Amino acid sequence: MQINDLLNHTSEWLKGTGPNSDIVISSRVRLARNLNKYPFPHWASKIQLEEIIAKVADATAKIDMLKRSTFFRLADLDPIDKQFLVERHLMSIEHTQKTEHKALLIDDEEIIAVMINEEDHLRIQLMQSGFNLFESWEIINRLDDSLSGLLDYAYLDDFGYLTACPTNTGTGMRGSVMLHLPALVMSRQIERVLAAIAKLSFTTRGLYGEGTQASGNFFQISNQVSLGHGESEIIENINGLIRQIIEQETQARQILLSKNKEVLEDRVNRSLGILKSARIITSQETIELLSMVRLGCDLGMIKDIDRRTINELFIITQPAHLQKLENKKLSSDERDLKRAELIRRKLNLSAL
Amino acid sequence: MLCDICKKNQATVHLTEIIDEQMNELHLCEDCARHKSAAMEQQFGLSELLAGMADFEKPNKEEENVTVKCPNCNLSYADFKKIGRLGCGECYNTFRKYLAPLLKRIHGSNQHVGKSPLKGKTISRPGRKKADSEGLKEQLQKAIQREDFEEAARLRDLIKKISTEQSNGSKEG
Repeated sequence: MQINDLLNHTSEWLKGTGPNSDIVISSRVRLARNLNKYPFPHWASKIQLEEIIAKVADATAKIDMLKRSTFFRLADLDPIDKQFLVERHLMSIEHTQKTEHKALLIDDEEIIAVMINEEDHLRIQLMQSGFNLFESWEIINRLDDSLSGLLDYAYLDDFGYLTACPTNTGTGMRGSVMLHLPALVMSRQIERVLAAIAKLSFTTRGLYGEGTQASGNFFQISNQVSLGHGESEIIENINGLIRQIIEQETQARQILLSKNKEVLEDRVNRSLGILKSARIITSQETIELLSMVRLGCDLGMIKDIDRRTINELFIITQPAHLQKLENKKLSSDERDLKRAELIRRKLNLSAL
Repeated sequence: MLCDICKKNQATVHLTEIIDEQMNELHLCEDCARHKSAAMEQQFGLSELLAGMADFEKPNKEEENVTVKCPNCNLSYADFKKIGRLGCGECYNTFRKYLAPLLKRIHGSNQHVGKSPLKGKTISRPGRKKADSEGLKEQLQKAIQREDFEEAARLRDLIKKISTEQSNGSKEG
């Protein structure tokens, strides 16, 4: 597989399928793992980092679940390709920095991604559309078992899996769910919900993980504690919390529909109107407007555009995707023009 | 000492800023510190926060803290406090007495109860899986109480699965 092949593939997190996919965009579980005796990436020598990459490449090549996958050296990728992978949620922003001894493994379905030499030797990620945390955990658990039979992990009986940062020690696991919560935002209940989430020691992040702002009504919620609870218990806890948030968002949507239907219809259709006719548009504005259109689709207010088209627009209007589609480097101003053109074409086409 | 910002009040808050590996010491009065901290909150990273927490675990013998280095990777606890990252897995043994309370502070526990790798240490830990399924049993009770039977059924199956794995595991061990 080449990076360019991904352009014609729908990013897993935007497939819009799976349970509760009107509110839950995607479910993700990641495990932090390190090799025994080797210093963690930030403390390791160049030779050691290369040995780690070789060992991981060797082990992953032997695993059935990873038969259809590709191994990339980050140093071989140009800046647009790296950003492209971040936009598809296949790696972190941190992994695009100081790339000399970093690597990435992606399976062809874009469900499994393994970052090598990020903060830890291995960051294994499993991502699925919709509300699917348990299944995600089951798959990644099997993959991790297979890997642990081939690689000697840094592990202590009492502290569990040992990680560069003590905030990940123990299970090394972070389960997270990406939610679309426009009704809770519009009805100004989101602050209360986010405060409650923080109190229960879960964290909320934006679309692109650590250090990013929530935008377009998208929120990524994950566990903070990784030690002292079993993996299934942690997954269970996130699951319970997410169920409650889904319920609250559903209720808020119903209340908006019954009390403010005209206002809502106005906002949804104005958003669609701007998207269909704008000549210059930023990616931030695009996300915000698409969020409203998506809500309109979920509530049956917009019938001539399917969710798949909207989901596709979320990703292909991102800066690196746009540049890959155009096959050249574009300045920010040029992107805003091209983006508007692309959105008009897609939306007016699907309305025919 | 007078405050570095207003140069009027007595400095009572002492800060060390590290920007791009440049260390900068600041001595501030309470008022200026409060303004400064609002601005700093934005850029205050996790590693600084951790390094600050690690400092609470100051051992009685200060010099030991500085001189003890991990025999595997040569990182000292002072290095850890500076960068907020450990050097290797062996560091967890080397600095165990400082890390155990730190982990407890971060996670509310310093006892792993999750899964373990297949390779390497294969010490049978029946207690761990038990703890895992205990947690689930509690969740099951709660699900039954709130009459979420779909969820309860799923949990029941999960518990059954874990206990089967457990008995298979003990046969192997």
